[in-house]
Amino acid sequence: MSEPIIEVRGLWTRFGRQVVHRDLDLTVYRGEIIALVGGSGSGKTVLLRQMLGLETPARGEVRVFGRNLHEGDHEELRDLRSRWGVLFQEGALFSALSVFDNVALPLRELKTVDEGMIHDLVLMKLCMVSIEPRHADKMPSELSGGMVKRVALARALALEPELLFLDEPTAGLDPDRSESFVQLLQGLHRELDLTVVMITHDLETLAALSDRVAVLADQKLVAACSVPEVLSMDHPFIRNFFQGERGRRALETWKERNREPAAPAPSPAEQESA
Amino acid sequence: MPVAAGRRMPLAARPSLAPPDLRLTQDAEGRPRVVLEGVWNLRSLEPFLPDLEARLAQHGRSAGWDLSGVSTMDHAGALLLWRAWGRRMAESVDLRPEHAPLFEHLQLPDASALPRRRRQWGGPVLALGHATLALADHLVGALLLLGRISLDVLHLVRYPARTPWREISANLYRTGAQALGITALVGFLVGVVLSYLSSQQLRSFGADIYIVNLLGIAVIRELGPVLAAILVAGRSGSAMTAQIGVMRVTEELDALAVMGIPHTLRLVLPKVAALAIAMPLLILWTDAIALIGGMVSAQVQLGLDYRHFASSLPDAVPIANLWLGLGKGVVFGILIALIACHFGLRIKPNTESLGMGTTNSVVTAITVVIIVDAIFAIMFSDIGIYS
Repeated sequence: MSEPIIEVRGLWTRFGRQVVHRDLDLTVYRGEIIALVGGSGSGKTVLLRQMLGLETPARGEVRVFGRNLHEGDHEELRDLRSRWGVLFQEGALFSALSVFDNVALPLRELKTVDEGMIHDLVLMKLCMVSIEPRHADKMPSELSGGMVKRVALARALALEPELLFLDEPTAGLDPDRSESFVQLLQGLHRELDLTVVMITHDLETLAALSDRVAVLADQKLVAACSVPEVLSMDHPFIRNFFQGERGRRALETWKERNREPAAPAPSPAEQESA
Repeated sequence: MPVAAGRRMPLAARPSLAPPDLRLTQDAEGRPRVVLEGVWNLRSLEPFLPDLEARLAQHGRSAGWDLSGVSTMDHAGALLLWRAWGRRMAESVDLRPEHAPLFEHLQLPDASALPRRRRQWGGPVLALGHATLALADHLVGALLLLGRISLDVLHLVRYPARTPWREISANLYRTGAQALGITALVGFLVGVVLSYLSSQQLRSFGADIYIVNLLGIAVIRELGPVLAAILVAGRSGSAMTAQIGVMRVTEELDALAVMGIPHTLRLVLPKVAALAIAMPLLILWTDAIALIGGMVSAQVQLGLDYRHFASSLPDAVPIANLWLGLGKGVVFGILIALIACHFGLRIKPNTESLGMGTTNSVVTAITVVIIVDAIFAIMFSDIGIYS
């Protein structure tokens, strides 16, 4: 296995009396796409926020790129934060900035990239998420929900991150857009050796993208393994989640697609062995 | 240095994390050949960008480009080269196969494709025009809101059961009861200061006893109402604007509308009604506390007996002044709530607009209160004053 990027060790999260995570362990390795699944209220988003350093663990520690997010030098942590990109559930675009300025903001913060280069980089990122240049001077409030998501992804990708956090990336996208999102992510993963941690309820995205699935239930991680392995597990949540009517259909389409030799979007695992 | 190199290579086999570099060589036929080495991603390029751009520009796209020595590349690296080649691919490029897809995203439109925000020429003249139009727009908007509320009141006269009592009561508590503390503090201090300063002057004329007339008229007729109104405008006006503004941002106003609940009836009217009731009561309270402050100060400074102060107050200040003050209070209350709601409803769904709307609301409310107070002063100049 390659080097670990994120290490969560013995993590406890508490909100008042309520325990969200009880002694949770998770390791994310370089170059993999890991999907976090779990029922609503099972602490997926909180776990993501822990990995981002937005919450403080009650006990245990979270290390990203080998560094504890709540210790150490301010400058180093700042540097670390420029190595990841985050797509928040609602996009979290800055409402006072235009689409262009939203994507340009992290680049401008570097203070070393000139405007011409920023201009081209932003346009490239916008093209990658299929936002046309004519939308570049719109304000976030003028965008549709799907566009907000794509612009937010472009902003998350602005600094060419090594690590990408996605919170419900395909929620609110139409099926066509979800499909192109999956393809975009597969492409990026191939080109940039990207490590991706994503929360998703969308089984098709999950089946198409993830190398591993981490299942959160009962305040713990009940599984962190590949899709087929998770499917073979006997846990009430996993049964409900994957083996319901919708789950079965999604997984079947995925299996069929994987069997075809000329699959339009081969899974990263296949790429690697090729 | 970032640990960014090497695609899926074991750690030991990683090429060195050399900074991006280029050198000029010649190929077998003596043509120039540019050899690139090191890590060409944004993180390692970023410190050297201006320098690298200049060095890349020295070599044209006609030279041979050897990129096979580049250990890691990302879109920013590809873009940098593409820009150096004059926004297209160079004629001969040796690439690692895994870097080839990076150059596929590069069919970029140039700067003209971006819609540019139009510049405003004509400066001050246009600004004045815009300001005038904006003022007219605000006046019309506020008038429409007032009209809408009047219609709502008529509607409630016909269907009294739909009166939002609960909202009115909640607003009455928030804007009235919870403001008692701050108005008392400010009122008391102003009373003390005013009485202290006046008594010093009056004593030098031997006119000690007129402190009652001076304080009574000033506080009951002018200071009480204006002080309370300014405090309420800052306190409750801003809260009302922000509340309605956030409800706009989070689409709660739309949610009310689709449930068939008119927001003027449910949100604006209760605020207007509550302030119209709370304002005169707050003024009465502020007047009383300010007079007590004045009384204490007069006792300390002039040795004026409390009982004497209290008993000579009705003779010194005609009762018309009190009614005038309370009447002003009703008008101020209605105006403050109307202005706050008007600005709240105009907030656009972004954070900047929310901040600006709240500021504008408070500034406008205070200005309007003072202007209206001046109008009252002129209109009622011969009422309540012994001539």
